[in-house]
Amino acid sequence: MNASAQENRMELFAPGHRACHGCGMALSVRHILKATGNQVAVVTPTGCLETFSSPYGYSPWRVPWIHHLFENGPSVASGVAAALDAQGRGDVRVVAIGGDGSTFDIGFAALSGMFERDDDVLYICVDNGAYMNTGGQRSGATPTYASTTTDPVGKLRPGKLQHKKDLPAIVAAHGAAYVATASVAYRKDLQKKVKRAMEFHGARYLQIDTPCPSVWGFPSDHTLEVGRLGVASGLVPLFEMEYGNVTKVRKIKPITVDKYLRGQKRFRHLFADEQGAELVAKLQQMADANIAKYGLSSQSGGQ
Amino acid sequence: MKITMGAVVMGGTSVLYPTGAWRDQRPVIDHEACKSCDTCRDVCPDSSVFVQEDVYYIDYDFCKGCGLCAYECPVDAIAMILEEK
Amino acid sequence: MGAVKVVEGSQAVAEAVRACRPQVISAYPISPQTHIVETLAQMVADGELGSRYLRVESEFSAASVLAGASCAGSRCYTASSSQGLLLMTEVLYASAGMRLPFVITGVNRSISAPITIQVDQQDTISLRDTGLIQLYAESSQEAYDMHLAAFKIAEDPGIMLPVMVCMDGWILTHSYERIDFLDQQDVDRFLPPFKPANLMEVEDPKTWGSYSEENVLMEFRYALQKSMDYAQERIPQVMGDLASYTGRDYGGLIEAYATDDAEVILVAMGSVTGTLKDAVDQMREAGRKVGLIKIRCFRPFPARQIWEAVRGAKVVAVLDANVSLGSEGALGLDLKAKLCGRPDGPLVVDFIAGLGGREINPLVAEDIVDQALEAAQAPTPPWAPIWVGLDASIVA
Repeated sequence: MNASAQENRMELFAPGHRACHGCGMALSVRHILKATGNQVAVVTPTGCLETFSSPYGYSPWRVPWIHHLFENGPSVASGVAAALDAQGRGDVRVVAIGGDGSTFDIGFAALSGMFERDDDVLYICVDNGAYMNTGGQRSGATPTYASTTTDPVGKLRPGKLQHKKDLPAIVAAHGAAYVATASVAYRKDLQKKVKRAMEFHGARYLQIDTPCPSVWGFPSDHTLEVGRLGVASGLVPLFEMEYGNVTKVRKIKPITVDKYLRGQKRFRHLFADEQGAELVAKLQQMADANIAKYGLSSQSGGQ
Repeated sequence: MKITMGAVVMGGTSVLYPTGAWRDQRPVIDHEACKSCDTCRDVCPDSSVFVQEDVYYIDYDFCKGCGLCAYECPVDAIAMILEEK
Repeated sequence: MGAVKVVEGSQAVAEAVRACRPQVISAYPISPQTHIVETLAQMVADGELGSRYLRVESEFSAASVLAGASCAGSRCYTASSSQGLLLMTEVLYASAGMRLPFVITGVNRSISAPITIQVDQQDTISLRDTGLIQLYAESSQEAYDMHLAAFKIAEDPGIMLPVMVCMDGWILTHSYERIDFLDQQDVDRFLPPFKPANLMEVEDPKTWGSYSEENVLMEFRYALQKSMDYAQERIPQVMGDLASYTGRDYGGLIEAYATDDAEVILVAMGSVTGTLKDAVDQMREAGRKVGLIKIRCFRPFPARQIWEAVRGAKVVAVLDANVSLGSEGALGLDLKAKLCGRPDGPLVVDFIAGLGGREINPLVAEDIVDQALEAAQAPTPPWAPIWVGLDASIVA
């Protein structure tokens, strides 16, 4: 092995982790830590990231890292931040990185508590829209009409009927200084948002769309392509909010949602019959609403 | 090896677990075609692309063969080749 | 020696916690522990205590904050009761497993349903298997002293476990008692700052909370058990060390009271042991050979010490302020399990007593002694625990 390969192996999120092939989450974490540098401690609640990055004796984390439980990532992070502050080590910042199951669902109360207290933590949700660690069950972040193992397509149901929880808006409503969404498809943008978030103190939120080849059902080399299509369709709006106001959006040349949906097994049923076409039309309405709400279209000026 | 108190382990020890064994397809870089744009290194979830004097190489000890580097390469300089035993 | 003041039990605990200089305190309200965290909040608000004080949204988070703070190397504290302690359960298992020391006051209160704020020990007993060290106080003075010792026990490099000091709600937390306070400089001498072996340093990053497989999980559990064994030796040493400052020696893991020639020995934990001492005195005056074992440390369970104290007796009457429904009380089960098969040991009879604040006075104690002796005369030991002061007539 030569010196340069060694350098790669010395990255803050080192290789040897056990993420699936083409994991959008693993790639996100690599870039999150490139943006933060090593003056951070990371807290990760239970989930894919925790499992694939913490087999006993084989840790990819070259920053202090803690996993405790599923539903307490935010409160453990608050505790770490309070301790470092009490010890006069406020220069070491705390970043929590959790999946959508822990963030949107089981740890939601703790997340809300952390944002209400405005503890000095950057909370990053690496969102793959279901409980992948346990085989792809429906979460509050699962998008409408996606098929999951606990809300599967059947004769009576087309997958999830409800909306994806609008967590960025909920977090922003706590008065958070900085709330943003990013996609692993746009890593410079992702890194920029992490850096921007670190300029603030108090509780901040970043939600990263991290396509999952294994459960969304697409080839492992398409992770970023799927991510780009999601953003371009308007279903995954990328924006920044400061103190509750949208300050920046990533402009798109909108594509129709079918171009994003078609390549994923979890939406395959939408292209099976005419009923599916109606549902695609509804998803198109949701995308159009996002495009209008955030002013995403580069053709329309907007914000 | 003795277990540690509370299962605390040293960071960075994952490099003792070469994930290259997971690979069934091998990315091979065509150095002639490569424009050193750094995309492959940037998109690798396993930090398995490295650069030496502007030449890009795959770290086969860790590359799982997901193919992202090949798919994202703007000049198609990376081919995915079936691994053979 | 320090000041002497008549204060509420909760304030005594808050003063002990302040003297231990925790860097992080988390708090969530639940009766009857609330006065403790309110007193600490006032100390912080008045600048008398420099702790970071986190007003969390649940007991689950109260315990989780401590896990994070402890992992980051800070001494830390919270208090809870009843449902709140149950909500912490998962956090306590994981914190013990990850060897994160912190101190919790477990203010004893019954568990729903029916919902009640009355006292028993069902709440803390339900945390029996978490890996928490559990200490039980008879008085607020003892609770004060136990808190000083608790941090030192928790942070001992060979222990590194959360410690819960249990004290009966209302009876101790809300009653006034004359408390001897230890001078701050003595507390500081007794309890140096927390210095964990695994520091959270960016230069030497470590990973906490690994995922483990069948090749090591059993060994990690065994290591915990070994630390509990070590704690059995270490806790009396720490308490002895503290006694050299305070002049108050309660015994070690148990306090044996008039047990030397006793035929009947009562076993109990918590504030009821004060009542039982009076009852023992009265029965002794009447010529009855009765003694008491106060269990000060429930986990680790001091089976050997109990055995040494009870082996000459005819019968042991255990007062359990809890019940493992479908079986017996936790203390009775432990004693029976540990004493079973030892030659010439006493009969152990389990009494479910004091649930939901049901009164236990010297007359009740005497009745328990009578029933225990009666059971000892019976041809076979009872299969079921005896419920004390129960009005079975109103049970359908």
